[in-house]
Amino acid sequence: MSKAKTLYDKLWDDHVVRSEDDGTALLYIDRHLVHEVTSPQAFEGLRLAGRKPWRSSSIVAVPDHNVPTTDRSQGITDPVAKLQVETLDSNCKAFGLTEFTMSDVRQGIVHVIGPEQGATLPGMTVVCGDSHTSTHGAFGALAFGIGTSEVEHVLATQCLMQNKSKNMLVSVDGEVGVGVTAKDIVLAIIGKLGTAGGTGYAIEFGGDAIRALSIEGRMTVCNMAIEAGARAGMVAVDDTTIDYVKGRPYSPTGETLEKAVAYWSTLHSDDGAHFDEVIHINAADIKPQVTWGTSPEMVVDIESRVPNPDDESDRVKADGMRKALAYMGLEAGTPISEIAVDKVFIGSCTNSRIEDLRDAAKIAEGKKVADNIKLAMVVPGSGLVKKQAEEEGLDKIFIEAGFEWREPGCSMCLAMNADRLEAGERCASTSNRNFEGRQGQGGRTHLVSPAMAAAAAIKGHFADATELN
Amino acid sequence: MQAFTQHTGIVAPMDRPNVDTDAIIPKQFLKSIKRSGFGPNAFDDWRYLDEGGPDIDNAGRRINPDFILNQPPFDKATILLARENFGCGSSREHAVWALDDFGFRVVIAPSFADIFYNNSFKNGLLPIVLDADVVDELFKRIAEKPGLEISIDLEAQTVSCEGEEIASFEIDAFRKHNMLNGLDDIALTLQHADEIKAYEEKRKQSAPWLF
Ligand code: SF4
Repeated sequence: MSKAKTLYDKLWDDHVVRSEDDGTALLYIDRHLVHEVTSPQAFEGLRLAGRKPWRSSSIVAVPDHNVPTTDRSQGITDPVAKLQVETLDSNCKAFGLTEFTMSDVRQGIVHVIGPEQGATLPGMTVVCGDSHTSTHGAFGALAFGIGTSEVEHVLATQCLMQNKSKNMLVSVDGEVGVGVTAKDIVLAIIGKLGTAGGTGYAIEFGGDAIRALSIEGRMTVCNMAIEAGARAGMVAVDDTTIDYVKGRPYSPTGETLEKAVAYWSTLHSDDGAHFDEVIHINAADIKPQVTWGTSPEMVVDIESRVPNPDDESDRVKADGMRKALAYMGLEAGTPISEIAVDKVFIGSCTNSRIEDLRDAAKIAEGKKVADNIKLAMVVPGSGLVKKQAEEEGLDKIFIEAGFEWREPGCSMCLAMNADRLEAGERCASTSNRNFEGRQGQGGRTHLVSPAMAAAAAIKGHFADATELN
Repeated sequence: MQAFTQHTGIVAPMDRPNVDTDAIIPKQFLKSIKRSGFGPNAFDDWRYLDEGGPDIDNAGRRINPDFILNQPPFDKATILLARENFGCGSSREHAVWALDDFGFRVVIAPSFADIFYNNSFKNGLLPIVLDADVVDELFKRIAEKPGLEISIDLEAQTVSCEGEEIASFEIDAFRKHNMLNGLDDIALTLQHADEIKAYEEKRKQSAPWLF
């Protein structure tokens, strides 16, 4: 009998083209997702070397980081951003690549549209010049972010030189409480692991609480694997995965589908497979989470207070906490529920799918955004998510409550377009990074779930969404 | 890629953990479609007191005198010393281009984020992992003697300071070889084009839905 393997071992072994003596492997890449920010220099490099994409059909491109979320009929007003998006358009045209351009209803955040189109399938290797590529691991795929030199490498060779990571299992055992979401689960995991706890590992998320999540919830969890330092996060394939994938534009059909399903069903860790590290988390202990600092590991639950650096024995850590509190304009000991916010952002590749919007709408329905909120915005992850939400009437719920309803894109997740925080402004955000300046220079970001963001908008300060519902 | 064999230079101490790629090069500069010119905006939010942008001339901006890289002799540093988890966050290779363009050849830290670590090798910037104790010791030595130079020998995998070897570091053989010789990864991989094609043929049989 062959050796018991983890899901990651299986995905890895199936994609090794050749190995060097020191273990470095040439790994074959099945799907290459491309966006406007990290690709121009790669295409230029390709051209300068007189090379062409190895397999054009593996590529799906979309502009997302720079696109405006307001009326698109004017095009992009920022000339630098405009040039970058046009450069993507012209590169895709020149090399004959599939691109969902800004005016296409299928346009959206790269990590939302890949799965939506069935361009992400179980068992694939998926890469993109973007760290949140880990999102696609939700399908039992090996998905990770790469730099621009690697984008060029994949374009030219369909492969990457890689060293295998170690295996980690994060098992979320039991059932979460009512109203506790995938975002709360993953923030709690990062709080426990730390932002570098997963460095050098590929993380498989397992346990009853993960199995119980929808594919969208699993994407939220895998999306943030990178915030725990792991390049890849993944969840084993089950019926939930297969049901989601079937019938999408890029998925196989007929006999090929049957063959695929037979293979996909093997994509889980074998009994007795070896993990270098196993972490258990009790699902019932997880409450709605709110970050208080400038790193995703600086997180507590809604019932807690802002922690005190004097209670931290590690000097470097305590120092980091002091810097974070100063930047965030917070006092140690303040109850989280007393922190007032200025802006609310519901969107990003972590939380902009239909279920996220439904969660937020449930909280907002029939209520009004508090007077102290300067801006509350909802940015759907793709044109198709937007359309579906409108069919369900979610846009009306948001607009009536006082939210702005926008066009799809990355938007205020990283504020490369006009959507941003001003210095000192505090934001309840469903995105994935609360780094200094991430949502605008001097802006203060608190990461939360869509329901918690909606609750903050309605109350004007953080509040337990499970009580508001 | 530029080759890296040995290097001696001034070490700039950046005494903080989790220096993220958003801090190394803020997003407004990512709109560029070029690979060069990011040096003047490396650590932009920390380095200047006013807000910068791709179309703003840095010459007229207000410098933050408290920021380490604005203080001589560290403005001439070619080696950066930092704490845990350097380069975390976004995959933007612009972070490496910005450090390189500033003049850095080496970054030393107790740990690096994976993608940043990888990106560094593609651009001839050497990331060196040293024990937290050794890093701490280096911070102390620099505090006592600002402008201290250290020497890196990639072939021997050693770090020396004032004529004395203070540490050795690990690096995979494959990466070391490519860096020492300044080899182009793509050209190396294309030497195996036949194997890639053979793999594809096999996969087309076993997993036709992927093609
Ligand atoms: S939504 Fe945010 S994290 Fe996701 S791809 Fe866009 S910028 Fe990156």
